[in-house]
Amino acid sequence: MKTSVSTLALMAALALPGAAFAQDKNVKIGVLDDMSGLYADVGGQGSILAAQMAIEDSGMAAKGWKIDLISADHQNKPDVGVNLARQWADQEKVDGIFGVLTSSVALAVNGVAKEKNLVYMNSGAATSDLTNSACSPNTVHWTYDTYLLANGTGKAVVKSGGDSWFFLTADYAFGHALERDTTDVIKANNGKVLGSVRHPLNSADFSSFLLQAQASKAKIIGLANAGGDTTNAIKQASEFGITGSGQQLAALLLFYSDVHSLGLKMTQGLQFTETFYWDLNDGTRAFSKRFSDRMKNKNQPTMVQAGIYASIIHYMKALEANGSNPHDGVKMVEKMKSMPTDDALFGKGEIQPNGRKIHPGYLFEVKKPQESKYPGDYYKLIATIPANEAFTPLDKSACALVKK
Amino acid sequence: MFNISTQALFAQLLVGLINGSFYALLSLGLAVIFGMLNIINFAHGALYMMGAFCAYFLLNVLGINYWMALILAPLLIGFLGVVLERTMLQRLAGLDHLYGLLLTFGLALIIQGLFQNYFGSSGLPYAIPQQLTGGQNLGFMFLPNYRAWVVIFSLTICLATWFAIEKTKLGAYLRAATENPTLVRAFGVNVPRMITLTYGFGVGLAALAGVLSAPINQVRPLMGADLIIVVFAVVVIGGMGSIMGSIVTGFALGILEGLTKYFYPEASNTVVFVIMAIVLMVKPNGLFGRA
Repeated sequence: MKTSVSTLALMAALALPGAAFAQDKNVKIGVLDDMSGLYADVGGQGSILAAQMAIEDSGMAAKGWKIDLISADHQNKPDVGVNLARQWADQEKVDGIFGVLTSSVALAVNGVAKEKNLVYMNSGAATSDLTNSACSPNTVHWTYDTYLLANGTGKAVVKSGGDSWFFLTADYAFGHALERDTTDVIKANNGKVLGSVRHPLNSADFSSFLLQAQASKAKIIGLANAGGDTTNAIKQASEFGITGSGQQLAALLLFYSDVHSLGLKMTQGLQFTETFYWDLNDGTRAFSKRFSDRMKNKNQPTMVQAGIYASIIHYMKALEANGSNPHDGVKMVEKMKSMPTDDALFGKGEIQPNGRKIHPGYLFEVKKPQESKYPGDYYKLIATIPANEAFTPLDKSACALVKK
Repeated sequence: MFNISTQALFAQLLVGLINGSFYALLSLGLAVIFGMLNIINFAHGALYMMGAFCAYFLLNVLGINYWMALILAPLLIGFLGVVLERTMLQRLAGLDHLYGLLLTFGLALIIQGLFQNYFGSSGLPYAIPQQLTGGQNLGFMFLPNYRAWVVIFSLTICLATWFAIEKTKLGAYLRAATENPTLVRAFGVNVPRMITLTYGFGVGLAALAGVLSAPINQVRPLMGADLIIVVFAVVVIGGMGSIMGSIVTGFALGILEGLTKYFYPEASNTVVFVIMAIVLMVKPNGLFGRA
């Protein structure tokens, strides 16, 4: 008797989730980002808004789905990010994690997503390791990566004569990856790297580093950093007369929010690579109008925020195609890889076997103040990098998921 | 690693001196407040940030230039300090240090949170005043005029403050009021008002440093939060409450940090704390502190 009761209980326990499985249309996703630190304008509240808009625009609610959204601040600290991701997986039962700026945090969360079998769509981190040595069947890397930045900005600068470089590198996973990938591009184009200095993340004063760059006599000072570090470096480079004395800055990663914050006078002429700009076409303009209307400071979206929107839209499409939520990260990522991507912000594209989402990249130049005709009119399109050239070629990917 | 040229060395020393100016100005304010009021003012970084924002708004809303902001911002923020002291800090007089620390820390979080909510994290631009743009070629480095101005101006302010507190009659009253407020009151001196004004003055110094830094860094809500921990280390190394100690240590640590940025840049944001740990082990009261 005792055994049969326990057998029954076991059967019920096994059967119940199975029954729920068939029509499970409940989904919970989390946006994990820098909400308060030096990258908060790149992601932050705008990331949450982008996620909300994606959920609304997907129309899933009308089709009987229930999508919950939660968010948290990882403070750019890998340990905080990992703890939050674990908590979300164990207690909140989230299905997917989105956003995750800051490469060090992104790589750490990558491990948790794999361990807990979550969907992990990163929009914000730069390191190309996410789809190379650290690739995972649970991970999609959406917006951009260091390979794109190096091949976009790096190549353009070397080809226009900037063949000797000195790097100012943020001393963590992102800076190292960006310096490495850009160095590869410089060397492949017969340029040389004269030296580099690694500064701590979130440095206020760059004068000492800039003097070292100046002493190197390199033609190009490559800024392998982001957010507040980049804006401080650009501002102080102008103060120390570096930009006026024949040396040029190459901001390898520059966001719309950085240009907005520094102003055109300080940033004019800088060339950099992005995959999204609010004023690129009708689709991006329509989205950005709706976005900025709902932002408290009326800012236009950054490419990171746009990537969160587009990645959630694609995830929703895959869920719909699947008919129900399997609560299985690997399965959903496979489903997403099998479907071509198409959205108003990044155009048509696909997700490669290594998790790399590919779409065109754009080499932009910051306009001169007199060329800017209306608020937010900051960029001039210099060149379009086709989707198949923008990211690491599959045959060169160090990812174990790629069959060779 | 040690094949440094004298040119580069001079340049790094000078750059360190510039950063030291900010450390000195900020730690001076902290030292004045701690020495006279026995309050560990954790809101100092937030008030420094408000000084910079004040300069930004004076310029962009009211069209008041940098030079006037140098006077107005410390006065306005100093007045805010007076209000804070009268309405909140005064109630904590005589209690353990911890209460003042918690109150000012909470204030700092609230102020920074509010600013971040309204202005975002990347900050607002503030241009260098027209008269101080450009720079001098010193042979070993290009010294922006504005940076030279920062060093000279903050050194002047630091020494003037030291003189006022250590060498004038007013300073003597202040120091006496710290030692024995009851006795000084008996001589007919309004001690509570003196304490309030001292806090206002310390806060004004923070705001002044904020205005000075506005053209160098972006005016960001977290500019003070990033700096204040280092400045506290400076005050601890110099000896809590020692005026001259905080000035000398401020400049010295700025230089030391500058050299670290050259020899081993990865450690440049930790070197100050390593020094602090060593100093506390050898001289627990700080280099200039009295036991």
